[in-house]
Parts: sequence; structure tokens; C-alpha cells
Amino acid sequence: MSQEKIIAVKNLSKKFGNFIAVNDISFDVYKGEIFGFLGANGAGKTTAMKMLIGISKPTSGEAVVADFDVNFQAEMVKKNIGYMSQKFSMYDDLTIKENITFFGGIYGLSRNQIKEKTAQLISDLGLENELNKLVGDLPLGWKQKLSFSVALLHEPKIVFLDEPTGGVDPITRRQFWEMIYAEAHKGTTIFVTTHYMDEAEYCDRVSIMVEGKIEALESPKNLKQQYKVTSMNEVFLKLARNVE
Amino acid sequence: MLPILFVLPFVQLLILSNAASFEVKNIRFSYIDQDHSKASRELISKFQASDYFNIVENFASKKEANLQMQKGKVDVILEIPNHFERNLLTDKKTNLSVSINAIDGAAAGIENVYISQIINSFNQKIRSQLYQYNDASYIQPQSIISIPSFWYNNTLNYKTLMVPGILVLLVTMISLFLSAMNIVREKEIGTLEQINVTPIRKHQFIIGKLFPFWVLGLVILTVGLLIAKLVFNIPILGNIGLIYLFTSIYLLVVLGIGLLVSNYTETQQQAMFIAWFFMVIFILMSGLFTPIESMPDWAQQITLFNPIRYFVEIIRMVMLKGATFSDITKPFSIIVFYAIIINSLAVWSYKKNN
Repeated sequence: MSQEKIIAVKNLSKKFGNFIAVNDISFDVYKGEIFGFLGANGAGKTTAMKMLIGISKPTSGEAVVADFDVNFQAEMVKKNIGYMSQKFSMYDDLTIKENITFFGGIYGLSRNQIKEKTAQLISDLGLENELNKLVGDLPLGWKQKLSFSVALLHEPKIVFLDEPTGGVDPITRRQFWEMIYAEAHKGTTIFVTTHYMDEAEYCDRVSIMVEGKIEALESPKNLKQQYKVTSMNEVFLKLARNVE
Repeated sequence: MLPILFVLPFVQLLILSNAASFEVKNIRFSYIDQDHSKASRELISKFQASDYFNIVENFASKKEANLQMQKGKVDVILEIPNHFERNLLTDKKTNLSVSINAIDGAAAGIENVYISQIINSFNQKIRSQLYQYNDASYIQPQSIISIPSFWYNNTLNYKTLMVPGILVLLVTMISLFLSAMNIVREKEIGTLEQINVTPIRKHQFIIGKLFPFWVLGLVILTVGLLIAKLVFNIPILGNIGLIYLFTSIYLLVVLGIGLLVSNYTETQQQAMFIAWFFMVIFILMSGLFTPIESMPDWAQQITLFNPIRYFVEIIRMVMLKGATFSDITKPFSIIVFYAIIINSLAVWSYKKNN
């Protein structure tokens, strides 16, 4: 893993009225790593992530994502990242092929590139027979894998995954993480939020957010040592419980 | 959904155009004849001969007649007093009493006009008779008869007035509601967030969203004009291209309003509520059902901001009067102006990040 920063966050805050959703966080993410972004519900993970992907303006602080400043160059940031949200967000009433063509088009891929990408993606996922099926008719696990692949269509430098495996069965989860590993291997940085602590163990480094602040940022192994426990689950419980 | 989109408007066009009539027909007419003379019978027969009146009752007393009016069984009571004919002959004048149910004031006004016309024509006739028989000096009755000619709609066919207006409504309603719901729907589903994370440009997104509805609006206009011509035989005197030119700009205004609504709402219910709010004001203040000239001054000022007003005005002018571009330059430029303002606002208020 290189030490080249791909995300650099400095004193980033977001307030909604009096409520401080993200409170002065700073961290770096290195090129090619799988970065786990953990936290309880309402800890501010999603808000922080939304600032990094350029759809929410920081109240204060700065963040550089893929060499562009989210405060001033949000649209350039968007060109260089992929995003897959908690909610499945492809068009249910379009077919798989149409969705791929649509999102490929938005990212400015040429017709030939889209054709190539479609063929490759379909064979990777084994969806040859479903190409012209409506996305709405697919099972959730397939939808998520498809979503992930579509987020990678334009070969982004970083891909942000917001609870990508929520509600998905264990087998699909495992396949999903295999896809993540394969992608990280190609040099893509993975920024992932999750509530599954077994998934946290797969990450190179994890940060744990508690009430708008980052309370810990280490590799899972170091974290376990530091808190003298055997699983990430216990680390998480210790940290989250401290504040209560 | 697509068939519903197309079928409903035309059901509306067919039904509303036939039903939404300003003509008052089948007026339930009753009378009290206390004179029982030749003259009184002649007067009543004039009402019988009219298409607009149905004689329902010949009451014996005023009290009975009033009771039926209370019950809502009759609309009009004509009371012919005792000595009606004699007074006409001796004094050359007499009185008639007419009572009209004015719960619907507009209808009562129209009924009053019909009744006056009939009594007037009776008057003309009886006068000439009276002079002939009784006046020794025999003076030719002098009277002024005005013969109205109704320009641009010479048979006063209300459908000619209503069909273009209702067509305007349909085009407006469909495009406003669909565009207002559209982006909000994506907010609800979550696809809008996905779109906002892409580097798509604001105007690209908005054109992509609105273009289909723009086309749809023009398709509905086309089918509506066909129905107007083939089913209702409404004349299209002016240049049809002019109607299309105006509509294509007008649709931009309506779609822009829809987009604005959807930028400021979070759910489809909210969007629908606000869209309806505008729609009702726009319709009632468009001059479609009530002439703008008869509105109070402040209301007339408000109609200047109403895009439907201009569309109703223009489609009627072009279809019925054969107006050319130079006749509609003013409303046309106002609509162009609104299109620019509204859409700039809409693009400005659509935020990819907040």
C-alpha cells in the first residue's frame, strides 16, 4: 500500500441549525486501501460521506478528494469517484442494459466504451440472460452487485460504498467482498461504511465515528490490541458505549 | 399509465365541452293568468313556443306559485294581472310581474334577458294591433329594432368558445402535474441522489427531464385540435403553425413552474398540493369561464401573471378570429419573457448539493 493520499480531510464540520452532525474531523485515506468508515446510526457517517462526494457543502473545514477540493471543485470530484448508496438507486423501470448505457452516458463514455463495458460487466456478473430484464425485477443481492459494477463504469479513482451489503444474504455478501478486493487490487481506493463488524475486519484501516467525531483510526489488528479484545465487534461496543 | 395519460384528457375534452355550457335551457316556467283574455293567452303562447322554456304549471294563486318556487319546482313565475287586456286597450300600458329564482345569479340574468325579449316582441305586436283597431288617427307604430350580428362566432355556439379553452386546460394540467411530480419522485426513490453524485450538468439534467413532457404537451395539443376540428367542427381560421409556436414556448413556462415546485418539495403529495393550488387560481383567473373584463380591477392585474390567460386569449384569437403573428405580438413576448424568467429560476434553484 502506498502512502500517497487520495483523500485528505482537515477540520471538516457540518451543522444543521444547532445540531452538529460532523464535528471537526480530520483524516487521510491512502491510494489503493480499503478504508472502513464505521459508526453507530446517527453518528454522522453518511453526512461526512456526502460532503466527500460533493453533494453536501461543509459548514467549515476542507477536504481534498482525488486531488480536487470538495468546497470549490465538487463537480471535478464527482468525475473521479464512484458512489453506491444505501438505497438501491438505479432506475427500476429501465432494463439492466439501459441503466448501464444511461450511467455510462452521464460519465461521458463513448458508445464503444459503453458496449465494451456492458459486455465485460455482464459476463463478470453472469447476467447474460437478464440483460433485457427490468432492474426492478432482480433480487436485491444482484441489484447490489450490479450497482457496484455500475459505480465502477467510468474507472473512478475512489469508490464510495454506503452500507452496500445491508439486507443481503451471507453468500452474496461474501461475493460482494470478493468484488471489492478484486477492485482494490487494481488500485482503486475503496471507502466503505458498514454495520457488519466481520466486514470491518476485511478493511485495511477503519475509523470509528461516535457522535460526529472520529474516536479511533487504525488497522483492525491494532485496534483490537489497543482495546485488548479479540474482535472488532468488542472494539465497537467499547467505543460506542463510552459515550453513553 | 401511458394509455391513461392519453385517454383521460380526451374523455375530459368530450365531456366538458358538451357539459360546460353557458346556455340556459329547460327553464321551468310557470304562470298565473288572472286575466284569461286573448292578450294573456297570446303572451303565454309565446313562451310556449320558445325552446328555452318548459311550461310546468299554470297556478291559480300567487300563494301556490310561491310555494312551488320555495320547493324548487319552478324557476320563473309570470303573473298576468286582472284587467291586463283592458288596461292595454284603455291606458295603453299595464304591468306584469316576473319572479325568477336567482340562486344561480348568472342563470337568472340570462333568464331575465330571454323573458324580456319575449315580452318585448309581444309588446311590438300588440302595439301595432292596438293602434290599428282603436286609434282614430292611425299612427304607424314607431320602433327601433336592433339586429345584432355576432362576429367570430355568429351562431353564438358556446362550444366554439369552450373547446379551445378546455384544450388549453388539458395541455396545461398534464404538463404541470407530470413535471412537478417527476423530479420529486426521483427524490423519493433515491435516484436523484445518485444523479447528483455524477458530473452531469444541471441544464443537461433538466432538459433531459423536461423534454419528454414538452413533446407530450405538443402531442396532446395535436390530438385535441383534431378532436376540435373533427368532433366539434370548431373553425381554425388562423395559422395552425402559430398555435404550435406559441404552445411550444408556453409549455416551457408550465414545465418550468412544475420544476420549481419540485425543487421546493420533498414528496409527491407536497408537490401535488402546490401544483393544484396554482392550477385552480390559474384556471379561475384565466378568462376561460368568466371574462377577465368583468373582474374587479385588482383581479385583472393578477391575471397579467397568469400564463393560462395568455394561452386562452391567443388560442381563441387564432382559431376563431384568424389572428396573425402581428396581432399576438404582445402576449407572445410576455410568454417568452416568462419562459426565460421561470426557467432561470428553476435551473438556479435546482441544487446538486446543499
